[in-house]
Formats: sequence, structure tokens, C-alpha cells
Amino acid sequence: MVETPRRKRTFRRPSVIPGFGLSFGYTLTCLGLIVLLPLAGLVAKASGLGLSGIWDVATDPRVSSALRLSFGVSAVAALVASVFGFLVAWVLTRYRFPGRKLVDAAVDLPFALPTAVAGIALASLYAPDGLLGAPLARLGIQAAYTPVGIFIAMVFIGLPFAVRTVQPLIAEIDKEIEEASATLGANRFATLTKVVLPPLIPAVLTGFAMAFARGVGEYGSIIFIAGNLPYVSEIAPLLIVIKLSEFDYGGAAAIATIMLGISFLTLLAINLIQTWSRRRFGYV
Amino acid sequence: MSEIFSPTVAPPVRAEPVASEGAATRTVLIGIAIAFLALFLVLPLIAVFTQAFSKGVEAFLAAFREPDAWSAIRLTLTVAAIAVPFNVVFGLAASWAIAKFEFPGKSLLITLIDLPFSVSPVVSGLIYVLLFGSQGLFGTWLVDHGIQVLFALPGIVLATVFVTFPFVARELIPLMQEQGSSEEEAALTLGASGLHAFRTVTLPNIRWGLLYSVLLCNARAMGEFGAVSVVSGHIRGLTNTIPLHVEILYNEYNFVAAFAVATLLAVLALITLVLKSFLEWRFAGELAHGRSH
Amino acid sequence: MDRPSTAIRVEGISKTFDTAAVLHDLSIDVRAGELLGLLGPSGSGKTTLLRIIAGLDAPDRGRILFGDDDATGLAVQERAVGFVFQHYALFKHMSVADNIAYGLNARRRADRPAKAEIKRRVGDLLDLIRLSGFGDRYPSQLSGGQRQRVALARALAVEPRVLLLDEPFGALDAQVRKDLRRWLREIHDRTGQTTIFVTHDQDEALELSDRVAVLDRGRLEQVGTPDEVQEHPASATVMKFLGDHVEVEALAEGGRVLVRGRETPVAAPAGTIGPVKLYVRPWQLQLAEPEAAHLSGTVRSSYRTQGRQRIEVVDIEGRVLAVEDFDGIRHPAGHPVGLRINGGHVFG
Repeated sequence: MVETPRRKRTFRRPSVIPGFGLSFGYTLTCLGLIVLLPLAGLVAKASGLGLSGIWDVATDPRVSSALRLSFGVSAVAALVASVFGFLVAWVLTRYRFPGRKLVDAAVDLPFALPTAVAGIALASLYAPDGLLGAPLARLGIQAAYTPVGIFIAMVFIGLPFAVRTVQPLIAEIDKEIEEASATLGANRFATLTKVVLPPLIPAVLTGFAMAFARGVGEYGSIIFIAGNLPYVSEIAPLLIVIKLSEFDYGGAAAIATIMLGISFLTLLAINLIQTWSRRRFGYV
Repeated sequence: MSEIFSPTVAPPVRAEPVASEGAATRTVLIGIAIAFLALFLVLPLIAVFTQAFSKGVEAFLAAFREPDAWSAIRLTLTVAAIAVPFNVVFGLAASWAIAKFEFPGKSLLITLIDLPFSVSPVVSGLIYVLLFGSQGLFGTWLVDHGIQVLFALPGIVLATVFVTFPFVARELIPLMQEQGSSEEEAALTLGASGLHAFRTVTLPNIRWGLLYSVLLCNARAMGEFGAVSVVSGHIRGLTNTIPLHVEILYNEYNFVAAFAVATLLAVLALITLVLKSFLEWRFAGELAHGRSH
Repeated sequence: MDRPSTAIRVEGISKTFDTAAVLHDLSIDVRAGELLGLLGPSGSGKTTLLRIIAGLDAPDRGRILFGDDDATGLAVQERAVGFVFQHYALFKHMSVADNIAYGLNARRRADRPAKAEIKRRVGDLLDLIRLSGFGDRYPSQLSGGQRQRVALARALAVEPRVLLLDEPFGALDAQVRKDLRRWLREIHDRTGQTTIFVTHDQDEALELSDRVAVLDRGRLEQVGTPDEVQEHPASATVMKFLGDHVEVEALAEGGRVLVRGRETPVAAPAGTIGPVKLYVRPWQLQLAEPEAAHLSGTVRSSYRTQGRQRIEVVDIEGRVLAVEDFDGIRHPAGHPVGLRINGGHVFG
């Protein structure tokens, strides 16, 4: 029996397709230089302050008020975006009406429209003398230069996430499930709440988390409408910019680290939701 | 007896399918959805154009007679012309390595590639300031060697590449995974070299997905504001991209000019959306499924 | 007559994926011009063996020889094999003609035939697969059977040393399968192309092959003509895999096999004495009077298909024994019957 030497164990499973070394090496190099090294620089800068240093920055009244504002308003905005996003996704997948394709395309507008453009447009619409700001002012609601304006911008920016995460799942719902529920005597409301909605909950939560994370970090579409009054309508990302312009790199890095930490927790939450969903429903 | 077999008028067919809401409910829900989208998404877009032309066409055109506007347009085109091809090459390499091969740690790699999407734009700029700024890690070295990264083209390109980093890869990875490797294997058994197989089999198979991702990548590269704002230094006529130029005009209360220049980006967004929808409609089967934004 | 020469020699091939062994020290010779069927259940390693011959997978140890040349180290491009993938792997964005011409166009300019020559070859192959006039269509416009044939033409275009087909009819429905089987045999007889195909379908392997190689859990159980493997299965595994059977407790004694003390016509393998398992095919069982019977039971059901009568008998232990007999008598359910064994196999 002829024996060739046993092949050595390799990092990747052997394959006849060429180019692994080149493509893998290039990928890691780019990832390392563009993404990982700069992020490591941030972590290094923040850890130079120490936990107590970061805590000092975070508990500074102006910073903590900005963080509370960013996270609080973003949570409310993500909730509103999730509710209306679900409605929009449902209408777009389930109903046929003229202009449906156009409406569907419009959902992606916040993805495509540069944030600065959205920002000045929202600011001019909701300014006290603006098209929407004037009637709101008559109702006693001041939108621009208050947290209300920040909320509006965050709903704008978060809506596509809420719609696009649930839309494919609504499209995949097997109509026979609903028909089966109907033949078993359930009315439409019971069918929706007991059969249709529960499997969609993970997707809705994922959409909420994505809209939330996006809202917390958002800058361009907010700063024009927010008015940026310290303690009132100054968001955390803007405070980073202000610290940088004061050459307070440490303070900027500390706020950035806190924001990064919380967005990673959000990412982790999304992953947990998806793991749970895969186990419970067999899909994400 | 005969009554049973005689043809009778069929009972009225239930007009509503079982698995749907009533017509009235449907109409109300469609109405709410459209009103909400019109108010929150479409109205701001319309506002850009009405504001831009609020003082007439002449005032609109005046915004483009500014040399600063043109230098912003040139800079934005330059940045996109570097950042987009870079991300195309990166995306092709990453998706080839990830979709065609099995290796440990693959899902970690995908997560890391997606990382820039979950980083605030301002933080995306900040990390380069921390590296290349005057007090930054490489700051003194760069100053000593007379290399300008921050407040110059390299910094703007780097920040743009960072925020658009995942666009091409995350479209191509699932697409190539769905397509598998058997067509490439077939090409190899027929005597094609790896490069020939890539050119004649892989590239044609992913061309629409690639175009799709390039569209989105380009829109973001040209429109990025937060990250670029942090690294650019806002030097008029030198380091201002179109979005930064819009900001400056707006902050100077030159609203008509700000919105006039903003229409450029709004039109870009509209073209992107139209082409994106067209690709989704015409080539749905050749784009990645299971992709989320 | 000349002994057929060996086209491909597989020598001591072993292959492990992750931690699971797929092939164990497997050797087999493929004769020039033969149509060899690799038959085995899923997970038997047959597709892996085919891919190793093609150079799509590399063995952990062992050699592949094409003729007298060691091909183990050759890249897939240099092996000149024609591989037909299970799901065809046609190039979706190319016309049928471009698919077929792909291998010729992929050659270096010096070796590449002229455009007119390629066109002529593609035309000939389209005739061969009976798809003349389909050259400008795209794979998505073809039926499953047509795609199969295009995949075959594409593989044949490069004039391969050996044609390798992975479950060639697996994705097709029953009637198309039958037609394509006959057609593949015809093509083979006309071209004399050395061909190896993989299948898990016994009928397909037995009908189509010159020789059948039965694989099980990464080991070669038997190679032989369809008649040989059916009449003289080398192991219980081969016996089991090739069709319905009954296992009967028996006794080997004096070169003969006894069941319940009665002699059967089955000869015991040399040197085998004591309790053995006798494997019997349905057609080796016959209804018989109790005094001549080896087994007994009651009829559970009886039906006729295509000129044969099949009777299912339940024995005392509750096992179902299938019998094929031609006596033409109706056997009511519940009726007690005796069964006589007319043949069978005992493995040492």
C-alpha cells in the first residue's frame, strides 16, 4: 500500500477554491488598520483615565444630563418608531393599494438622505414659524430647540430599522396558519394576537434595539433642530464634539467609551434576542 | 327530492378572505401608515426643495456661483472616488474569504466587519482624532514628518471609509453564501484558473448585488456628516464636503443657499432610492436575502 | 481478447472531515471505457470519493493514478476530468452554448481552438444531447432534464479522460429519470468514455453500470458486474443494500445449511459450522405444504403487481416475510401457510 504523508492540520478546511490566503489576509489587514486599531486607540485613551476618571466625566452634571437626554429620548423615539414601523410593515406586505411600491421605497429615505440635509429640513419645518412648528406652537408645543425636536429627528432616523426588520417576517407568515386559526373558531382579533403576533415579537424587539442604538449615536439630523441648550437639548454626541473643540481629548474619549459600551450592550441584546428566537421559533 | 338536485342560486360568496382584516379596517390602517410616512419622511424631503426655491430660481443658482460650493463638490467627489473603490475591493476580498471557505472564528469576523455600523458617527471621527490629532498617538510623529492627516483629505477619506466599511461586504457575504461554490468548482474542473473562474463566473453572479451595495455605499460616503465634521476642521474652500458646506451656510443664516446646496444631496438620495428599488424589483433573485440594513 | 486496461487506479485513499472518517483505505481500479456505478447509502463516502478523483477534495492519504501517471498532486484544472454536479452548477448568466464552450474558452490562447472550431464542437454536442437550437437559451429556461444534458455536454466538451457524475438523476422526477438513464447508456456506448457515476438507487446502478462498486461507511464492500453482486453478494451489507430480504436463523452442518432441521439448497461457506444467519430474497421463498416447509406463518396480505404476486406472511415471532410466488391462487388473509426456502446466502 502506498502511503503519502498525512496532510497537516490547517487553520481552514481544505478546499480546491484558490485565494484564501490573499483574501483573508487582505480582509484582516484592512479590518485591523481601519477599524480595530483606531477603536483600540479610543479604549486606550479612556483606560488612561481609569474607571474613576470615566466616572468623574459621566457624573459631571452637563455630561450626565446629555447622556440621560440621548438615551431617554432615543428609547421613547424607538418605541414610537417600532409601533408605527410595525403598522407600516403590515400595511405594505399585507394590503394592495395604489402607490404601494412608492410608499415602500419611501421607507428607506432616512437611509439615503444625508443626515445634515434631513437635519436642516426638520429644523425649518418645526421652527416656531415653520410649516409644522407654527400649528404646534398654537397648541402650546414647542418642537424646535427642545427634546420634542430631538424625538422627531430620532423617529425619522429609526423608522426604517423598525420597518425593515419585521417586514420580511410578516411576508413569510404562512396564510394557512391564520386560516387554520379561523377554522378552529378564532375571530380575527384572537388570530392576530394569539397566532400572528407572538412569532414577530423578536423581530420587533430587534428593530427597536437597532432604532434605539442608531438614535443614541445620531448627530447630523438632530443638532439643527435641537438648539443644543446645555442641560435642555444638548445630546451626548454633540458634547463629544464640544470637548474636542476644547482639546479635552480625555473627556471626549470618556463619553465616547460610555456610548460605545452601551451600544455594545444593545448589540449583545440583539444577539440574545436572535438566539432565543432561533431556538423558540426556528428563525431570526 | 327534485328540489335537492335542481340548480339553486349559490349562496353569496364571502367577500372577505378569512386571513385578512375587514375593508374598513384596512382602509384606516393604510391611511394611518401613509399619513405617518408623509408627515415624518416625505415632508422633510419636500421642504428641502421648497426652501431652496423660496426666493426664486436666481437665488437658488446664486448658491452655485460660490467657489466654496464648487470646492465642496470636488472634495466630496474625490472622497467618494477613493472610499467606494476601496470598500469594493475590501468587500470582494472579505466575502470571498468568508463565503467560500470554512474556518474557525468566522462569525466573530463578520461581527467585527459590521462594527462600524453600531458606532456613532461622531465617535467614528473621534477615534481618528485620537490617533492623528496633535495630542494623538501618532500626532507628534506626523508633525515631525510634516504629514497632515487630520483637517485634510486623508483624515476625511479615513473617516468615510470607516463609516461605509461594512456596506459592500455585508451585501456580498450572504449573497455568495447563498450561491455556494459549485459553479466555481465546475469552472475549475473545466480547466479554468482561479482568477478566470472569479472573472467569468463569480463576478457575473454577484454583479447586481455589487452594484446595489456600491449605490448605498456611495450615498453614505457622499452624505456622511458627523464623522467627517469631526476630522475635517471646517476649512472653507479646502476641507469642506457638501454636507459640511450646507451646515456652514445654514449656521450663517444663509438658508436659501444651504437648501440649494442640500438639493444636490437630496437628488442623489432620490436617484439612489429609485435605482435601489429598481434593482430590488428587477433582480430580486440576484440580491442577498436575509440582509438587514 | 485483451484484458481491459486500467484507466484510473484509486490506491489506499483515506479521508477525514473535521473528526469524522469518510473514507477508509479505499482502493479500486476503473477500467478504460467502462461505466462504473458507485452505489451506497448516504454518508457512505461515495461523493467524496468522486470529488477526490476529480481533485475537488484532497485525500489525507493514498494515491490517485490516471493510467500510469500519479495524479494525486495535480490541480483540478490539470486533471482533465468532466464533472457533472448533482445540481448541475450551470453558469446561470451564460447561454447554453456559452456554458458548453466554457472549458474550451478557459484554455490559454495557444491551446484554445479557433472560434469557428469551438462553435462547431458546441453544435456537435448540442446534437448529441438532442438540444440543437437551444444554444441561445439560458439555463433558467430549461427543464431539469435538459439542464442535466447541458451539464453533461459541458463536461464532455473538454474531452475529459474520465467523466464523473454525482447523483446524475437525483433531482429529476421518475419518468425523466428513466429516459435519461437509457440515454446516458446510449451515449456511453457510442463514445466509449470511461465514466463513474454516484447513486444511492440500486435499480439505477444495476440497470446502468458495467460494474457496480458498493460502498458502505467509507469502505468498499464489493466490486463486480450487476449479476455478480446480485448473485454472489460479498457481505451481508451488500445483500441488505441490494433489495428486500429476510434473515432466518439457520444451522451450518456438513457443508449444508439447515433451517429448523430441514435441509435447504444453500451451501454453507467452507469451514462454517454452527448457528448462522441465512439471508433470503422474496423470490427465493415459495409457498409449500407444512411437511416440506422451512418456515410457517399466516397470510397478512396478498396482491399482484406487474405480473408478479406478492404475499406477506407473518411468522410466529410477528416478523413480516415477503414472498414472491406465481401460483396464481388467492391467499386469504389469516390463512396459515408454510414457506419453502429455495435459495439464499450465508456469510462467513
